Amino acid sequence: MAIMVKTDICVGCGACVSQCPFGAIDMKGEFAAIGDKCTLCGTCVDVCPVSAIEITAEPKAAQADDITAYKGVWVFAEQRGGAVAPVSFELLGEGRRLADKLGVQLSAVIFGTGIEPGIKSLIEAGADKVYVYEDALLNEFHEDAYADALTELIREYKPEAVLVGATSIGRAFTPMVAWRIRTGLTADCTSLDIDTEKRQLQQTRPAFGGNIMATILCPDNRPQMSTVRPGVMKRLAADPSRTGEVVRKKPAKPLTSRTRLHNVIEVAGHSINISEAEIIVSGGRGMGSDKGFALLKELAEVLGGVVGASRAAVDNGWMPYPHQIGQTGRTVCPKIYFACGISGAIQHLAGMQSSDLIIAINKDASAPIFNVADFGIVGDVYEVLPQIIKQVKEARG
Amino acid sequence: MNIAVCVKQVPDASEVKIDPQTNTMKREGVPAILNPFDTYAVEEAISIKEKVGGKVTAVTMGPPQAVEMLKLCVSMGVDDATLLSDRAFAGADTWATSYTLGLGIKKLDKVDLIICGKQAIDGDTAQVGPGIAENLGLPFVAYVRKVLDITDTTLTVERLIEDGYEVVEVSLPAVITVVKEINTPRLPSLKGKMRAKSLEVKPLSAADLGAIPENIGLAGSPTKVFKVFSPPVKGQREFIEGEPAEQASKLVAKLHELRVL
Ligand SMILES: Cc1cc2nc3c(=O)[nH]c(=O)nc-3n(C[C@H](O)[C@H](O)[C@H](O)COP(=O)(O)OP(=O)(O)OC[C@H]3O[C@@H](n4cnc5c(N)ncnc54)[C@H](O)[C@@H]3O)c2cc1C
Ligand SMILES: Nc1ncnc2c1ncn2[C@@H]1O[C@H](COP(=O)(O)O)[C@@H](O)[C@H]1O
Repeated sequence: MAIMVKTDICVGCGACVSQCPFGAIDMKGEFAAIGDKCTLCGTCVDVCPVSAIEITAEPKAAQADDITAYKGVWVFAEQRGGAVAPVSFELLGEGRRLADKLGVQLSAVIFGTGIEPGIKSLIEAGADKVYVYEDALLNEFHEDAYADALTELIREYKPEAVLVGATSIGRAFTPMVAWRIRTGLTADCTSLDIDTEKRQLQQTRPAFGGNIMATILCPDNRPQMSTVRPGVMKRLAADPSRTGEVVRKKPAKPLTSRTRLHNVIEVAGHSINISEAEIIVSGGRGMGSDKGFALLKELAEVLGGVVGASRAAVDNGWMPYPHQIGQTGRTVCPKIYFACGISGAIQHLAGMQSSDLIIAINKDASAPIFNVADFGIVGDVYEVLPQIIKQVKEARG
Repeated sequence: MNIAVCVKQVPDASEVKIDPQTNTMKREGVPAILNPFDTYAVEEAISIKEKVGGKVTAVTMGPPQAVEMLKLCVSMGVDDATLLSDRAFAGADTWATSYTLGLGIKKLDKVDLIICGKQAIDGDTAQVGPGIAENLGLPFVAYVRKVLDITDTTLTVERLIEDGYEVVEVSLPAVITVVKEINTPRLPSLKGKMRAKSLEVKPLSAADLGAIPENIGLAGSPTKVFKVFSPPVKGQREFIEGEPAEQASKLVAKLHELRVL
């Protein structure tokens, strides 16, 4: 047990009870008492006005290496069929900023063969160096082979920070790498910063479905690893005059995997990846039918966006599951999110509330979706949407 | 086929309310539930067992009251339950959690398949499943949406990717994580509830597991929570009034102003 309330100092004010993110503190008589739900997050230590709560020092999660040997910022560039995922360019923009703050190089890592244009685009997007791990197996995604390749590169070249897009692929294999290297990995970050003095990456992410934010550090292990949500970081304008070094690496013997890919099936009408869309037009039960969704598709089309759905709409069969947004669906962070006929249940908000701009259309003015909306329109979707479609078309000429 | 299913007790998000004044979560009296994603893992484990025979064990690391959740799993049809519980596990990040759960699973009879939920709704990390796989040295497949075929030595599944899905075959033993789409979890049966009632779960401590102290709990966690805070309050909330045509034109004008169109 590493946390304690000093009852000689505690004044029983209860500040810690109301602030504990895990509801782990109760008043026992005159003093605060910390129960089993405690995760040692330290919030209570900060809020206690009289410094009565203490977390005692613990042995450190040891890593055999000398952590000062780790230098430089890396971005994992995810590619499928030779095309680099948009999130990788966003991370190069952010990685550039962090590397400049630390005064180190920014490198990109890319896997596979026949990806020369991709390599060039990474340098244009801000990388000083590109590590190319050339092995044909990596043209397909295999959790273990991807983990093998990235682990090998990290062990050899020792970066201090590694950023990976929080895509299906990134979130599947990066935890395996962190496990092997015995380092920390923070999932699905939405903002990053650097403490330049301690060279610590401050990784901020939503938890509890976006109801609280947590800033996570990895003080004693390297590299500091994060997966980063698509759509939140800004890419740099491509600069074709930039130059960079390319380091090619081949495995001693071709990589193998214990998984075998039989088939890749693209879901029809879903060629645009919803987690990376800039504009999402979502509908819920209030859309009433397939016909309602036809309106949403039309609006998405004129705006150059994609269609999303609440669980109620998916359960009704109006949209397939990959379009579901929320706690049990996808988490998205587009520039504009339209919520049409969606009430704004907490599970839905969990998947979309960090969008840049939220526009809600609902006939019930008290619907909770309006609490997170930047612009609210109280009205019937069947009356409002056709007008918006018409006017956007006119504005576009 | 011996199947282990990893389940976690989490606060019920649908009971979590936000205080509009302070924009903080109100947590008083929020009940603890079985992580929604893990209900799909439990269902899948039971239905695989029903097809090919074998035994399903639910495994959790958590406080003593997590027994209630294990009993729920048993009432759904899980055969046995393991609780890993020790004050020394507190403060575990995903690394230390994967380490501890791996030790718990090693205590079971030879396991052929380990099923986890896609993610736990309190931390939303989705890192424990792959962590367990590495800890046990097993292959891993993420985001399984359908089990197509299972033999003694292989499992063939459909797994979600960004723009569709892949059909993947993996050798067993293996670890998979499952998404909501995979099934509809069954409700507890009467017979199951009776069994759950009489089930005794003896918690395993760090010492029982032979855990290395530097690898568990806060001490074993490379990541540290630096601060926790409420998300910044959303900017200008604004209702757009008028007839539909007027609302639409005001909205389009605003989007132009913001240069987002
Ligand atoms: C464990 C768990 C996980 C969940 N995960 C998710 C998830 O991932 N994603 C998700 O979305 N939900 C999820 N849910 C479900 C969630 O709780 C809600 O039930 C769901 O989001 C409701 O969908 P809705 O807003 O479309 O429907 P409703 O709540 O029924 O809202 C419909 C809205 O449409 C409005 N409306 C009706 N007609 C019109 C009209 N003509 N014009 C304008 N407005 C109209 C109504 O006023 C109402 O506000 C989950 C629930 C649980 C328990
Ligand atoms: N303490 C725990 N006990 C048992 N299983 C867990 C625990 N934490 C996480 N898991 C499993 O790992 C999955 C992913 O959790 P997470 O990485 O925390 O999002 C969950 O759906 C569970 O199946």
